[in-house]
Amino acid sequence: MLSDAEWQALALSLKIAGSAVGWTLIPGIALAWLLARHEFRGKSLLDGVIHLPLVLPPVVVGYLLLLALGRQGWLGHWLQASLGITLPFTWQGAAVAGGVMAFPLLVRAVRLSLEAVDPKLEAAAATLGAGRWRVLFTITLPLALPGLLTGSVLAFARALSEFGATITFASNIPGETRTLPLALYTLIQTPGKEAAAARLCAISIAIAMLSLIASEWLARRARRRLQERDR
Amino acid sequence: MTSRNALSLDLRKRLGDFTLEMKLEVAASGVTALFGESGSGKTSLLRLIAGLDRPDAGHVRLDQRWLTHCQRGIAVPVHRRRLGVVFQEPRLFPHYRVRGNLTYGMPRAGRGRFDDLVALLGIEPLLERLPGTLSGGEARRVAIGRALLTQPRLLLLDEPLTGLDGERKQELLRYLVRLTREIDIPVLYVSHDTQEITAIADHLALIDSGRLVAHGSLDALLQRLDLGGRLGGFDAASRLCGKITAQDAHYALTRITLADGQTLRVPRIDQPLGSEVRLRIGVRDVAIALAMPADTSYRNGLFARIVDTAPSIHDPSAQELRLAVGEQSLRARLTRQACDEMQLTPGREVIALIRSVAFEAPA
Repeated sequence: MLSDAEWQALALSLKIAGSAVGWTLIPGIALAWLLARHEFRGKSLLDGVIHLPLVLPPVVVGYLLLLALGRQGWLGHWLQASLGITLPFTWQGAAVAGGVMAFPLLVRAVRLSLEAVDPKLEAAAATLGAGRWRVLFTITLPLALPGLLTGSVLAFARALSEFGATITFASNIPGETRTLPLALYTLIQTPGKEAAAARLCAISIAIAMLSLIASEWLARRARRRLQERDR
Repeated sequence: MTSRNALSLDLRKRLGDFTLEMKLEVAASGVTALFGESGSGKTSLLRLIAGLDRPDAGHVRLDQRWLTHCQRGIAVPVHRRRLGVVFQEPRLFPHYRVRGNLTYGMPRAGRGRFDDLVALLGIEPLLERLPGTLSGGEARRVAIGRALLTQPRLLLLDEPLTGLDGERKQELLRYLVRLTREIDIPVLYVSHDTQEITAIADHLALIDSGRLVAHGSLDALLQRLDLGGRLGGFDAASRLCGKITAQDAHYALTRITLADGQTLRVPRIDQPLGSEVRLRIGVRDVAIALAMPADTSYRNGLFARIVDTAPSIHDPSAQELRLAVGEQSLRARLTRQACDEMQLTPGREVIALIRSVAFEAPA
């Protein structure tokens, strides 16, 4: 049904978007928890920085990533020299770009759901002998699960559709960083490939719809368990 | 044993427009009621003991261990205090079944207690349900069981009957009374309801605007006429303890013998012979006669001696009387006119007539 090139772009997209969610999940939850449950100096500044990728042109984010994580960048140089990790022009780099762009969506959704967890239940758990971590893992996170799922799926979909930051930071290398949007862009640039472009377009829409439906279904399932009333 | 104190505290904390400033010793056995109007600082004190809030100054000691000591910089975190707390709302975890809620804080060594306690609280049939499906009274019982299964060294109950309707309230009160007699843990019971307190408490700490007004055994405080206004006022009552010595199936009556051998007959109480019961007798449900009357519907008359009298602070026409019935005390409220005409003065031997409907025994 799909051509080899299409399969390649699809598989690569899923791998990159999955990794993007994977590496942002724990820092995202930690920051959301910090913002939802604590007051500290510079909180609004932190909140602003987290939201920057949402309002900046993606090309700017890609360029900044290149400056910081490129071979000559301060962080990139260190990664290369001490850990042997190269990010620019690799699929890992594309996952970093996708993760950064999706981060604000993830943090927002998780923060909202954490704020909805009643602190009285956490206090009750503490009186029952549960320390901070046990409260987090047995009360706070399970009760915030619907938001965690929604946030993850949203971030996954955002990373899947990432274009500007990816092409700037990771370039458009077939089999390495050419994800669905980049493949589509390439086809549009090529005369006579309108039909192939339309097929990729349809694939993108199908995946986006699927992830939204999946998110809705997961969230409803999780919520139903929390709100079960009367037999 | 009983003279030892489990909890000893001396705390100060600013709370909005008043300062909570209190020294209190809680007995190592039995139920100590913390009684006061809403806003008097009861719940705040409880939160300070539990470690949910920090005091401005002072200390809290449980058994031989400091929980809070501001000067020494000691503040044991909530989860290490080993206090069982039951809040005004049940606060059950909605994503755990009843069983999961109950075992949440239960140490491995506590498994043996699980079945007994679940049976005592009557929550066996609820174990596999989710908290969202429970009624108010059921949820409270689970919350109480959950706190007790952590094997606490002190149980803190913050108005656990709040928001329940009359019948559910009586039912849960019966469970609580039974429970507090079975367990060997000191209990601090916050309430503003005199009926609850006479049913359950052994000791009473009366607080007002963040200060301790009076503290002592409940029976002694109930007899203090100067506290009448605080302890329920119009609905004031005293308490008599006795043992069930006979059941009369024909009239559905139970005979209760007091410590001094006098007896009372009350509507049937479904408990075995020999059970200890506490009877609540409202001050307005006691009438006084100078001799045992022959033709009257009052079936219960007790020989009593007047100990003390004082004009009522609620009602200019009324006089408060304190009577001794054996070693126990009983209060009555009569009109001043009756007192004067019958010459009811301290030292006088009288008959206390008790309306049979006056018995309330949530035990």
